[in-house]
Amino acid sequence: MRAVITVIGKDRVGIIAAVSTILADCNVNILDISQTIMQGMFTMIMLVDMSCMKIDFSELQDKLENKGHELGLSIMVQHEDIFNSMHRI
Amino acid sequence: MVGPFEVMETIKMIEEENLDIRTITMGISLRDCCHPDGKAARQKIYDKITRLAANLVKVGEDIEKEYGIPIINKRISVTPISIVAESCDEKDYVKFAETLDKAAETVGVNFIGGFSALVHKGFTEGDRKLIKSIPEALSTTNKVCSSVNVATTKSGINMDAVREMGHVIKEAAALTADKGGMACAKLVVFANAPEDNPFMAGAFHGVGEPECVINVGVSGPGVVRSALEKVKGADFGTVSETIKKTAFKITRMGQLVAQEASKRLGVPFGIVDLSLAPTPAVGDSVAHILEEMGLEKCGTHGTTAALALLNDAVKKGGTMASSYVGGLSGAFIPVSEDAGMIDAVAKGALTIDKLEAMTCVCSVGLDMIVVPGDTSAETISAIIADEAAIGVVNNKTTAVRIIPAPGKAVGDVVEFGGLLGSGPVMRVNEYSSSEFIKRGGRIPAPVISLRN
Repeated sequence: MRAVITVIGKDRVGIIAAVSTILADCNVNILDISQTIMQGMFTMIMLVDMSCMKIDFSELQDKLENKGHELGLSIMVQHEDIFNSMHRI
Repeated sequence: MVGPFEVMETIKMIEEENLDIRTITMGISLRDCCHPDGKAARQKIYDKITRLAANLVKVGEDIEKEYGIPIINKRISVTPISIVAESCDEKDYVKFAETLDKAAETVGVNFIGGFSALVHKGFTEGDRKLIKSIPEALSTTNKVCSSVNVATTKSGINMDAVREMGHVIKEAAALTADKGGMACAKLVVFANAPEDNPFMAGAFHGVGEPECVINVGVSGPGVVRSALEKVKGADFGTVSETIKKTAFKITRMGQLVAQEASKRLGVPFGIVDLSLAPTPAVGDSVAHILEEMGLEKCGTHGTTAALALLNDAVKKGGTMASSYVGGLSGAFIPVSEDAGMIDAVAKGALTIDKLEAMTCVCSVGLDMIVVPGDTSAETISAIIADEAAIGVVNNKTTAVRIIPAPGKAVGDVVEFGGLLGSGPVMRVNEYSSSEFIKRGGRIPAPVISLRN
């Protein structure tokens, strides 16, 4: 399964490092990253492959959410299909 | 991969504009649960529901978490109980409602619909018993919803049933007087009731439906309103296009969730109901969409036209997004569940007469309308007859969900809580319809029913 991770918040040092460390620990492969400033907010969007992930989807969600709280950011993980089905025919 | 702006658009719809899946409803046939012994029938009903729906709530929650889209309700609809219960010789069917309630409690769903009877052409013995049991059944259970179909385009209007339902509604209100007549919020009187509707209180599993099926209802008035904010002052072609595109996106979510739920539960996917279902939350109102189109208050002149455009554009956009469309499919206008409607009634802009006109051009009908407690059963029947006539003649579904709140008068507000919201008491016409309702019999099917 592939998922989209979205990180939104105030820009600061180490966001990518923090997120990608968690992903590497869980054996989640990053396929694509884009980042931009939208309406003054730092927005990072990652496409990841979870087919070899070592933990449950919800465990990863909790880990990333906790990291988000720590860094003052909102971090979401969602199945890729929600975006594909809404925006691609 | 989809671009960052597309990702953010979806997230904004969910986080800020209240996009959600209103309900995953599992339809379950109880036709094989008939038994001459009522107790045995109820055991079969309980066992079947709890077996088939055992994982419904968990699957719903898993999908919610994985896809990051809220699924507000998980529900069950069953074969109309009048059909299932009438093989037994019990005098009333309240115990069947209790069984449904218990089964719903066990599997953890929010509502169970199907304490229903289809009497558009006449009553069977089971139908009569069921209808008589409705007030007690709805006042002694929490999750059971009831509906009665009193008219179809093909068979006309059963005015005996219309008369009876006026009394049933009054009695249901009286039995729940301490909660503002709450039982009536769980009771719908239909014309042309759909067999695959996932929405409450009118959901039941029709006799033409398969053994078990998954139907999904979407919701997203806030998303439509927000899209219209960006085309302020544009002409109606642009308004319609904007709604169509938004409805397409909303419905794709419904289609995705329906397919995924169907796959995980091993149950066929039935339909997506293309609906705009409001909630009392600010920013989740159908009335506010109409106001965004340029009306100072919902209910003023132009409201029916605005709603007609909205309803049509939602269907056009939604149809393309789903492989099977059904249910009620259209914009809902339940007064107590829509912050904009509540406000419009309080300000005197929106009346029952205007709502009746609006029901000609959108789905359902007079929905969650609170009227004074001293409204007579005949007046309620006459309101039902008017709605049924609109449905029958226009070949569409209409319904009445009306609450004559005991002890309440125009100007009062009745709190129902949760998704049902709070209803301002609305004025009804004070002149009597009782001689009209007393006639009984059937209003024949209109000539448009002769299509063969």
